[in-house]
Amino acid sequence: MSRNAWQEDRGNKDRSITRSGGGTMARGTATDVRPDTTHAFLVGDSMTGGYGTGGDILHDCTIAVDPGEIAVIVGPNGAGKSTGMKAIFGMLNLRQGGVRLDGEDITDLSPQDRVARGMGFVPQTSNIFTSLTVEENLEMGAFIRRDDIRPAMEQVFELFPILKDKRHQPAGELSGGQRQQVAVGRALMTQPKVLMLDEPTAGVSPIVMDELFDRIIEVSRTGIPILMVEQNARQALEIADRGYVLVQGRNAHTGTGKELLADEDVRRSFLGG
Amino acid sequence: MEPLHALVTLANFVIVPAVAYGSQLALGALGVTLIYGILRFSNFAHGDTMAFGTMAVILTTWGLQSAGIGFGPLPTALLALPVGIAVAAALLLGTDRVVYRFYRDKKAVPVTFVIASLGVMFVYNGFTRFVIGVDDQRFADGARFLVSARGFRDATGLDEPLVIKSTQAITVVVAVVVVAVLFWFLNRTRTGKSMRAYSDNEDLALLSGINPERVVTYTWLIVAGLATIAGTLYGLDKSFKPFTYFQLLLPIFAAAIVGGLGSPIGAIAGGFVIAFAEVTITYPLKKVLGYFLPESLAPDGLVQLLSTDYKFAVSFMILIIVLLIRPTGLFRGKSV
Ligand SMILES: Nc1ncnc2c1ncn2[C@@H]1O[C@H](COP(=O)(O)OP(=O)(O)OP(=O)(O)O)[C@@H](O)[C@H]1O
Ligand SMILES: [Mg+2]
Repeated sequence: MSRNAWQEDRGNKDRSITRSGGGTMARGTATDVRPDTTHAFLVGDSMTGGYGTGGDILHDCTIAVDPGEIAVIVGPNGAGKSTGMKAIFGMLNLRQGGVRLDGEDITDLSPQDRVARGMGFVPQTSNIFTSLTVEENLEMGAFIRRDDIRPAMEQVFELFPILKDKRHQPAGELSGGQRQQVAVGRALMTQPKVLMLDEPTAGVSPIVMDELFDRIIEVSRTGIPILMVEQNARQALEIADRGYVLVQGRNAHTGTGKELLADEDVRRSFLGG
Repeated sequence: MEPLHALVTLANFVIVPAVAYGSQLALGALGVTLIYGILRFSNFAHGDTMAFGTMAVILTTWGLQSAGIGFGPLPTALLALPVGIAVAAALLLGTDRVVYRFYRDKKAVPVTFVIASLGVMFVYNGFTRFVIGVDDQRFADGARFLVSARGFRDATGLDEPLVIKSTQAITVVVAVVVVAVLFWFLNRTRTGKSMRAYSDNEDLALLSGINPERVVTYTWLIVAGLATIAGTLYGLDKSFKPFTYFQLLLPIFAAAIVGGLGSPIGAIAGGFVIAFAEVTITYPLKKVLGYFLPESLAPDGLVQLLSTDYKFAVSFMILIIVLLIRPTGLFRGKSV
């Protein structure tokens, strides 16, 4: 008798080694929330985590921005938009998921190392050095650079001419809109490869807001991918190549800006009709 | 001539000593305020840091003197200063390594740091006394007077004398130089600006790639310099006694708080406010007023508002008034 099971008549058709009752390999359904991260320049992938030892605030949340594009995160207050940004910048304890920059895993890097790798971040609050002059704010933005920073500073002044006039004034004495310009300018000083803005238009008038959006588009045209959180969802989605709606730390809707603006559900719950 | 005499008397007994004392307090308060602004705690060990640094200077001075090295008309202690600063810096950096860094890593609340600094204070305190003893030490040498009573009288022909001790003049000159260098460093250099940025907004400093450990190291180095210089100047002007340096903590903190904690300019202003208040209130003003007021109004008593034994009460009163009326201090530091 051969010792080869395959040559016996029982072979692999032996039903005694399988569970009766039919196959389990049925076709499943995919979720409709499926952020595409294949081409992403910067991606926070399936992030789950929270502050310190507290509970999770992000739940399997994915945010990504493609090269040269503008990605916008919108959602109700407390949805975890800022938390998501901080997670991508390495200021959160991630329990699951990771962050990749240009295809490289940077989940373990400190925020400073991420700055050195070319990430720029403008936080939502206290995003300027109030007691330092505008110029010093910009200089500090370029702290990690050892080369000549004057061209970068000139670029920022070109983008925000008002800052040039106020360069010797303490940043804390500027108006809200001017402060946001300082904040964005500071982050641009490293000449980052990707820019993250947390509500850059918070607390500024509609006119200044439009202008800031124009400036942001201008920055984006230079090829810098931009990931930003916005409270003014409609305007932001209009300029967005990709939009994320976060609700309670989860991806609720994802799509191009236009898709989201057209989505009945999104309109009703987040855009006020 | 009466007002002139009053002015000379006032200068002799109030202005000159208060300017010198104020400079010493200002340098001390600058150290306290830098630590508060950057490391975010009130360093109770500052007085004893001054004592320790000064002790190192004194020991070096004695060494230089026995080797026959002097500094001409200037005190030998000035030559010994760099050594004292280096020793104090080593002590502070070592302390930071074994004590404060531990709490920094744990993100401890400021009060934990304050209590830790209290422990550090006792250790420094004991160590200084163990090495140099508890007694008064005089280590000033070189010329005693810049302006002597005799010289002033011969030069001006006034009845009232004016005396300026060389240690007082040296104190002011050194303080001006130190403050100028410090402000240049903080406002003009990359490292100095990064220290101010870190003090202003720690999180944003991190996001700008500023390394906090480097900022902390620079802070301790500067504090070592300020504390040793302040202590040495005080010791030259008065005398060195460990307990006095511990007591200096009160006027120094009062100066830092009056000026506004975290504000270097405030620390300097505060130092002079405290010094002038202390000297004026504890000095018998009879003679000065006697020159100013008409005979009939001339005061009977000494017009000494407080006995010198109570001089620390002056700092305390000013401190309380400021905390009640303007807790952020004259120059809007951080409120306590
Ligand atoms: N530093 C923190 N420590 C602990 N919990 C925090 C912290 N910051 C935010 N949270 C919590 O995380 C949740 C999400 O906050 P987050 O700031 O991310 O919201 P957001 O979407 O940015 O809101 P908003 O639109 O108001 O800026 C909230 O419940 C908040 O209480
Ligand atoms: Mg937010």
